[in-house]
Amino acid sequence: MTDRSVVHATITVERTYRASPKRVFAAWSSKEALLSWGLPGEGWISGYERFDFRVGGNDRSHFGPAGGETYVNDTTYLDIVPDARIVSAGSMTSAGTRLSAGLMTVEFQAAGNGGCHLVMTEQGAFLDGHDLPENHEAGWNEMLDKLGDHLARDQAAA
Amino acid sequence: MFQALADPTRRLMVERLCDGPASVSELAAPLQMTLSAVVQHLAVLEESGLVRSQKQGRVRTCQVDTQALRSAERWISERRTLWEKRFDRLGAYLAENPEEPKEGPQT
Amino acid sequence: MSERSVTHATFTIERLYDASRTRVFAAWAEPAAKQRWFACHGDWTSGPHQLDFAIGGREHLSTRDSEGVDHIYDAIYQDIIPGERIVYAYQMHLGTRRISVSLATVEFRSEGKGTRLVFTEQAAFLDGYDRPDERKLGTRAGLENLAAELQRQAAAA
Repeated sequence: MTDRSVVHATITVERTYRASPKRVFAAWSSKEALLSWGLPGEGWISGYERFDFRVGGNDRSHFGPAGGETYVNDTTYLDIVPDARIVSAGSMTSAGTRLSAGLMTVEFQAAGNGGCHLVMTEQGAFLDGHDLPENHEAGWNEMLDKLGDHLARDQAAA
Repeated sequence: MFQALADPTRRLMVERLCDGPASVSELAAPLQMTLSAVVQHLAVLEESGLVRSQKQGRVRTCQVDTQALRSAERWISERRTLWEKRFDRLGAYLAENPEEPKEGPQT
Repeated sequence: MSERSVTHATFTIERLYDASRTRVFAAWAEPAAKQRWFACHGDWTSGPHQLDFAIGGREHLSTRDSEGVDHIYDAIYQDIIPGERIVYAYQMHLGTRRISVSLATVEFRSEGKGTRLVFTEQAAFLDGYDRPDERKLGTRAGLENLAAELQRQAAAA
């Protein structure tokens, strides 16, 4: 028997964007938008094997640094309130080893001047020392900054 | 909310506010810390929805949001009770069925 | 538009059972065994219990309480290590309303001749779920229960 361990942690990351909740929600619900901002590092690549954004739908994506380790993320959408909330459950594996499982709540709240306050909460179980809450928190911070850039580009193009 | 209350200073602040609204300096008085540290703790409590504050002139008055406190407490205690009952029944089931599973996971 | 809110909370329950890890785990893995302790609720009426105990597999149970309200449980298994660990996500509906989504971790640890079960639930309660017949708790009583709860959590940590 190997040494099993579970670290439970709740990670909350918040941002206020100069874009409406409708636009920020759209960036979380389209595959193209997610691919443009949803990567935690420079030079990382990703792709969707399956994308099915609806309650009960399952996504499977692959991502990782180019030429490096590939992570597989499986997500099931549990609750979707258009322009207001997305709740999903999922887990991450690498080479068949499960690294973490978690519950994600993303809340889109109207902020001043037509903006959006985004509150993202990950309730995670980090398994057998393969992954750490700090890694996820750093990754989410990176991605939510990229989401800000994505929204600015999207606005400029409109 | 539970993270907000995991800190002993913040628990003291909420306990004080259960007796009634108080200003920031009244909250800080019994605590051995700077006013700015108290303001930071207060910000965490406000963010969690447990405490609300209102500024009138130069005085900021804080109070507990009783609804938030009640619903979180009730949710967690109801859910916990449900599982406690299930785990009692699991214990009874195991006692009534002492045989090892014939086929099953090797551990 | 109605008010949307989410409250996140984590709690842990531990039990020590006088049974091997194989037996305790089997009580979660075998549908007939799990149904015996999981799916009965005193005078509540349970519908059929469905369990596909595999990673990605689902579990479903609908129970009607004495007031005729359906409590519907739906789970998806995320991680299974036989004899050692189960991680699953589950949601609860009250009637047609989704009231919570949770990640549950069950750890099975040998202790003497018995098994320590450690159950951790990380829950997101949705939209200020409220029942009309709710017992009104005083603020102070609420805080005392909460403090006791936090102490239990700290003791379990």
